[in-house]
Amino acid sequence: MNQHLVVVGGGMVAQRLVEALRDRDTAGAWRITVLAEEPRRPYDRVALTSYFSGRDADDLALGDPELWSDPLVTLVRDDAVTHLDRDAKTVSTARGRTEHYDHLVLATGSSAWVPPLEGADLPGVFVYRTVDDVAALRGYVEKLSEDRVVKGAVLGGGLLGLEAAGALQALGARTTVLQVGTHLMSAQVDLGGGEALRRLINQLGVGVRLNAMTTKIKPHRRGGVGRLELADGGRVDADVVVIAAGVRPRDELGRASGLAIGERGGIVVDDTCLSSDPDISAVGEVACIQGATIGLVAPGYAMAEITADRLLGGFSEFPGADTATKLKLSGVDVASFGDAFGQTPGALEIVWADPVGGVYKKLVMSDDARTLLGGVLVGDASAYASLRPMLGRELPGDPGAYLLPEGGGGAPELELPDDAAVCSCNNVSAGTIRGAVTEHGCTDLGAVKACTKAGTSCGSCLPLVKKLVTTELAAQGIAVSTALCEHFALSRAQLYDAVRVSGVSSFTQVIERFGTRAEGRGCDICRPTVASILATTSPAHVLEGERATLQDTNDHVMANLQKDGSYSVVPRIAGGEVTPEGLIAIGEVAKDFGLYTKITGGQRIDMFGARIDQLPLIWQRLIDAGFESGHAYGKSLRTVKSCVGSTWCRFGVQDSVALAVMLELRYRGLRSPHKIKLGVSGCARECAEARGKDVGVIATDKGWNVYVGGNGGFTPRHAQLLAEDLDTETLIRTIDRFLLYYVRTADRLQRTAPWIEDVEGGLDGVRAVVMEDSLGIAADLDEQMALHVVEYEDEWKATLEDPEKLRRFASFVNAPDTPDPSLAYVPERGQSRPATADERGDARPTPHHEPVLVAGARLEVRS
Amino acid sequence: MTALETTLDTAVWTTVCRLDDLAPERGVAALLDGEQVALFRLLDGRVLAVQQHDPFSDAHVISRGIVGSRFVDEVEVPTVASPMYKQVFDLTTGRCLDVAGKVPARGLSPDLRTWHVRVTDGLVEVGR
Repeated sequence: MNQHLVVVGGGMVAQRLVEALRDRDTAGAWRITVLAEEPRRPYDRVALTSYFSGRDADDLALGDPELWSDPLVTLVRDDAVTHLDRDAKTVSTARGRTEHYDHLVLATGSSAWVPPLEGADLPGVFVYRTVDDVAALRGYVEKLSEDRVVKGAVLGGGLLGLEAAGALQALGARTTVLQVGTHLMSAQVDLGGGEALRRLINQLGVGVRLNAMTTKIKPHRRGGVGRLELADGGRVDADVVVIAAGVRPRDELGRASGLAIGERGGIVVDDTCLSSDPDISAVGEVACIQGATIGLVAPGYAMAEITADRLLGGFSEFPGADTATKLKLSGVDVASFGDAFGQTPGALEIVWADPVGGVYKKLVMSDDARTLLGGVLVGDASAYASLRPMLGRELPGDPGAYLLPEGGGGAPELELPDDAAVCSCNNVSAGTIRGAVTEHGCTDLGAVKACTKAGTSCGSCLPLVKKLVTTELAAQGIAVSTALCEHFALSRAQLYDAVRVSGVSSFTQVIERFGTRAEGRGCDICRPTVASILATTSPAHVLEGERATLQDTNDHVMANLQKDGSYSVVPRIAGGEVTPEGLIAIGEVAKDFGLYTKITGGQRIDMFGARIDQLPLIWQRLIDAGFESGHAYGKSLRTVKSCVGSTWCRFGVQDSVALAVMLELRYRGLRSPHKIKLGVSGCARECAEARGKDVGVIATDKGWNVYVGGNGGFTPRHAQLLAEDLDTETLIRTIDRFLLYYVRTADRLQRTAPWIEDVEGGLDGVRAVVMEDSLGIAADLDEQMALHVVEYEDEWKATLEDPEKLRRFASFVNAPDTPDPSLAYVPERGQSRPATADERGDARPTPHHEPVLVAGARLEVRS
Repeated sequence: MTALETTLDTAVWTTVCRLDDLAPERGVAALLDGEQVALFRLLDGRVLAVQQHDPFSDAHVISRGIVGSRFVDEVEVPTVASPMYKQVFDLTTGRCLDVAGKVPARGLSPDLRTWHVRVTDGLVEVGR
């Protein structure tokens, strides 16, 4: 019989505890019951603000959801624990549930502290702690925004206060932050850093008032909150107030049951996370460990790991809290680590400040200026990932060099010691990451992440992890070769740039100039890649001159090769919109040529079993009926899927079909590293499943939200929000740039989701390029897309008009009218399908036997 | 190679098409007494013939593969990649250079049969 672990609280640390215990408790010694007050599964509270942009609480999900299906794990949601009986070893809940425990873990976290202010209970006053808090705040602001510009005020200029201010700002509110102390984020950064931060926050349009003690919140005469009164006699008008004045540990169960409580709250625990009752542990923000409660997730995770280890008989102890913080507030980088305030006796501070550029950096060094003790980085925290693991170690070279702007002086390359912590969320050292490469055979970042969990929580260490992995692979002699194939030492992205800049327009020129051997003639990898590159750098018909020799058979005959050597045909049905006449025309073509028909996932119709010599005849009929190539065969835009939208749907808020048709006609034929799919939904119900597409557009009341990097297939991915509430013109410009940036820089056969991960800075990096033109290439991308749109022609129409191109479709060069005698079909469910080897009698390919056919290539399936 | 030489001696040459019917570095299929042959014209004017039947996919598609070259034993040999599962074959010998992780269907040989080809007065002839 196993023992029962009861966990009170369903936050991030509780989730980590259950995950860690289930991971290691292979014998099933413990069954676990988690009692959570919130009505949802544990979610990523650190990323709460992203809920404003993501709008989908599911985006905040933590870890593998399978955890909650584990038969040894029970998650009880929406039920608060109200009583702890230490003698009976039971807890009971508001809904009347009683659980007996063998061991109890309190992971109740903390709550937002609301100071005893007059008016703090008025409608329009919020805290910022849970998804529900954020949702309520958003709803309130959106309601007020209908008839005015909302004025917001945030009480508290700490980490959470600035997050809340950013969120209010994103909702369109004019926001002021009121900080009681002398500077912003006073717990993490020094006065100089706080001042730099204030300037940057001001530049975002958020007001900041320092030394501002609020004394009263006064109601508006229309109801709700109206203004704040300050101790210095000042007043601030506000329609909505967020209180972010600090948090208090939720230690009431411990208090009521007589557990030892810290001076400033929190359940006192020792370094093994045990409270004064050996059957009760406390972890996370509610635990008062080494004399203090800690409001950061990484130490909480460490406590969860220690508790899991101890429950299984281990001996781990809390090593002391790593209070290093790195965050991005509305695009402003802030990091603080180690002794940020220089409190070590004799500590030296090295400061680099650029008030114009909005950058403040400080390193705290030991008295001999050699050992790194801490630091503050505001405005540019790029050095954080490599500096933080060096805490307490000697920095090679002049410490000042680490503070100079990137590329400015060149900080020496840091060789991290094996025991340096790289990922503090998951406590992964540099040695473990190197070991993943040397011992466990991981050969890329993804594999290392899966193997070590490094970078899987907050992700701030990913650049460092990537660098370590690349260096280690190189040291192992596993060259991380980005070479395309034996004919090109360049990666696809490098080759794209080389071709674009040099202006060469034929394969022969490309291989002569950039290939590994002048006499090489390429292969099935580089030829289609060069074809795809040339298609956007110097557009021409796929069968034009030497281009024709570069195409895979699909692009060469503009149809999809099937297993028996026949092809399938897909005419474009833009946005999935088709007339009855169009449907009839497709049906008649399929019937006349005996083709098997199937509806595709992209809202069009695929016709199978067409012989190569039939393709021009089929397309003549389709073009006469007003159709054009659907490019189902190309590494190019496939379809833009849409829902029916506001023209018919009771719920639609925008005309999704019109937009989908327009987008499909704009990007049709755009050759890319892999296939591209788009989707447009007319409202948030998302019937077009746009977030499963490379580019998904979802209508809002104010315009369009655009998501990028979704796909189905082997590794399904949801698209992530790129930008919100765009008007149609901005939307199209954004998609133009996104697609061409992808076309230019992705690897061969790399879809948008892994490409975004590879872009420097990830999604933020992509956003900077396409929305803010951080690389200065936007005008170039716009021009290139304009060229694509102008140069587009229907490949099939152009082919039918050119007898030279049509010669490629002969079945046999010496018998152009003889169908391939090897094709054989049998009827199934009213249509035809390729005969199996058994059905053919297996006599077919041995050249000296006559083929035995079940039925010829023109099988009649209906009488 | 005696069998091959014997074949050469006793070759019957069949005219298949004009050289102009063949585009450089792109294959065509030809039908020779019910047998399917894939013909490839290289940049240097050579014409090579291998079986059209792809032993890995069991379909008649080799002529539709991408023509290229591969550095084998210090020599650049002309190749074709099957359009179906991308096995690479030496066009001069028919030898399969890369099985791409698959085995041929129904126990067939992974290598392709070849034919001799000559060009006479702008006409392509295949010897059997």
